[in-house]
Amino acid sequence: MDVQTWTYLLVGITFSIYIGIAIWSRAGSTNDFYVAGGGVSPLANGMATAADWMSAASFISMAGIISFAGYDGSVYLMGWTGGYVLLALLLAPYLRKFGKFTVPDFIGDRYYSKTARIVAVICALIVSFTYVAGQMRGVGVVFSRFLEVDINTGVIIGMVIVLFYAVLGGMKGITYTQVAQYCVLIFAFMVPAIFISIQMTGNPIPQLGMGSRLNDGSGIYLLDKLNGLSTELGFAEYTDGKKSTIDVFMITLALMVGTAGLPHVIVRFFTVKRVRDARKSAGLALLLIAILYTTAPAVSVFARTNMINTVSNKEYTAMPEWFKNWETTGLLAFDDKNGDGKIQYVADPSKNELTVDRDIMVLANPEIANLPAWVIALVAAGGLAAALSTAAGLLLVISASVSHDLIKKVFVPSISEKGELWAARGAATVAVVIAGYFGINPPGFVAAVVALAFGLAAASFFPAIVLGIFYKKMNKEGAIAGMVVGISLMLFYMLKFKFGIFDGGKEAVPGLEKDWWFGISPEGFGSVAMLVNFILSIAIMKFTPPPPENVQEIVEDIRIPSGAGEATGH
Amino acid sequence: MSEKQKKASAYWKENVRYLFILLAIWFAVSYGAGILFKDTLNEIKMGGFELGFWFAQQGSIYVFVILIFAYVRLMNSLDKKYGYDE
Repeated sequence: MDVQTWTYLLVGITFSIYIGIAIWSRAGSTNDFYVAGGGVSPLANGMATAADWMSAASFISMAGIISFAGYDGSVYLMGWTGGYVLLALLLAPYLRKFGKFTVPDFIGDRYYSKTARIVAVICALIVSFTYVAGQMRGVGVVFSRFLEVDINTGVIIGMVIVLFYAVLGGMKGITYTQVAQYCVLIFAFMVPAIFISIQMTGNPIPQLGMGSRLNDGSGIYLLDKLNGLSTELGFAEYTDGKKSTIDVFMITLALMVGTAGLPHVIVRFFTVKRVRDARKSAGLALLLIAILYTTAPAVSVFARTNMINTVSNKEYTAMPEWFKNWETTGLLAFDDKNGDGKIQYVADPSKNELTVDRDIMVLANPEIANLPAWVIALVAAGGLAAALSTAAGLLLVISASVSHDLIKKVFVPSISEKGELWAARGAATVAVVIAGYFGINPPGFVAAVVALAFGLAAASFFPAIVLGIFYKKMNKEGAIAGMVVGISLMLFYMLKFKFGIFDGGKEAVPGLEKDWWFGISPEGFGSVAMLVNFILSIAIMKFTPPPPENVQEIVEDIRIPSGAGEATGH
Repeated sequence: MSEKQKKASAYWKENVRYLFILLAIWFAVSYGAGILFKDTLNEIKMGGFELGFWFAQQGSIYVFVILIFAYVRLMNSLDKKYGYDE
């Protein structure tokens, strides 16, 4: 069977499984819809969290980015895993004990203020929408390459599937489909990695293969070989990188704190039974995520070495079939500048003849390594599982923010449970359509903004939640001021340095980097905005009245793990 | 302060102490070994890996996983000690 038949087969089977699960686990109440009835086991929740978390960016883009950035790519590896330590230690257990449906629920109640709740809802919507548009785009890319349908048709197929199980099943449907999606995506990621690791180093464990000797008889360590190839072509040494230490530090911090502050990750911990289950399931989630995250840097090294070896200084006409396939998608382009018919792939832009989109490294990797057709098809199914599971989780946050936090808690408190459930379904439908629109007509800034969503979450939610738990005297004045100033500062820095808005440009104006405050890039600035948020909150608190007695009692109560009832909306 | 409150605040103090210790390790492996002292550690080689690079792309992640499970065990026994387990 050829690759395309295999792809149709595997994608067809996995999609039928997701739909079957959605029908089996329909939501009957708001409790089912928002928190899956609160009875999810720690392992199931860990798997669902892992699938929810690992998006098209983790599955498709991350290994590719690292493969071009080398050491600098470590910010994503540490940032997107280290955040779980913060989540498990500082947030998840206490928010579970608090026992409500959403993050704005916590902010609104803890800071006894409608304003605080609305500020939190707006932050949640900004963060989630920027994120979900990127997922839809990922679905489109996979469809167009492997099933050879138009990108837009791909996005629409993805929309219909997500709509079906998110609207029908709510959190309950999403949780169990995510469990299945985790299995699909991790299998799809590991199989090619193991194959290639054996091929190149003889070691079946990619994490070890990365640090082993090549088995081509030369006896050189793979990483030494890659460092040599990189410097030969004029790139930075793979294990060294180009970013300044302070920037690497700040970006890692912003990604970690942003991870812990992302609403679609936090709500997952509202679905388990007890506080101790919340802790354990955070550990399981990270363990399951770590399997992919420790394999990804190995894939980057294999793919980079393979690619350089295959193309560098080779005849263009002798390129294998995958090269032509990817050229037709426009993600790979060759321009014979010196007319010698050979591919010069070098760091110097005036001499370089090959442009490679980072996103194709994972998808093309099995083809570059000549793996069997079913493995290539498996990668397509895995990419779709990753994108769909994350999109569904985000849609749920958006629909809960609208139906629960805005309609039920602010505008129409008298709404019946049934009415709220329908409002949630309606909001999810509208959100899917908007996300699909952005997937089909991506505004140029989507990719850039997805990375910055972490900065926004770090600058807004994280300090408000941590202070709310660990600082009993923190009051609404401090928290609201902190969130508003934190997120505004981050937005300002992003607009100024990422999009060059104040310098008359639509994109970053070249040379703007030298004006960066303290040499920190917009991606890392979330850390600074977070510190400002913390300092401002505490300073303002000192000059304003303390929170009422009953709120301080709530704080004392969430610090004790026993007696966590079911999550409720009241 | 009532007996109940005393117990609660003693529990909280021990919890916060665990957090400080675990987060110190969290900081040391990622920001310390993986970023600030990377160049020094890269002088040491472990198989094909330079040590600083290994911490940044592999080691810190393994330690993160261990840290959360250590926290789970510590807290479970702390809950038991104070009678907050269920």
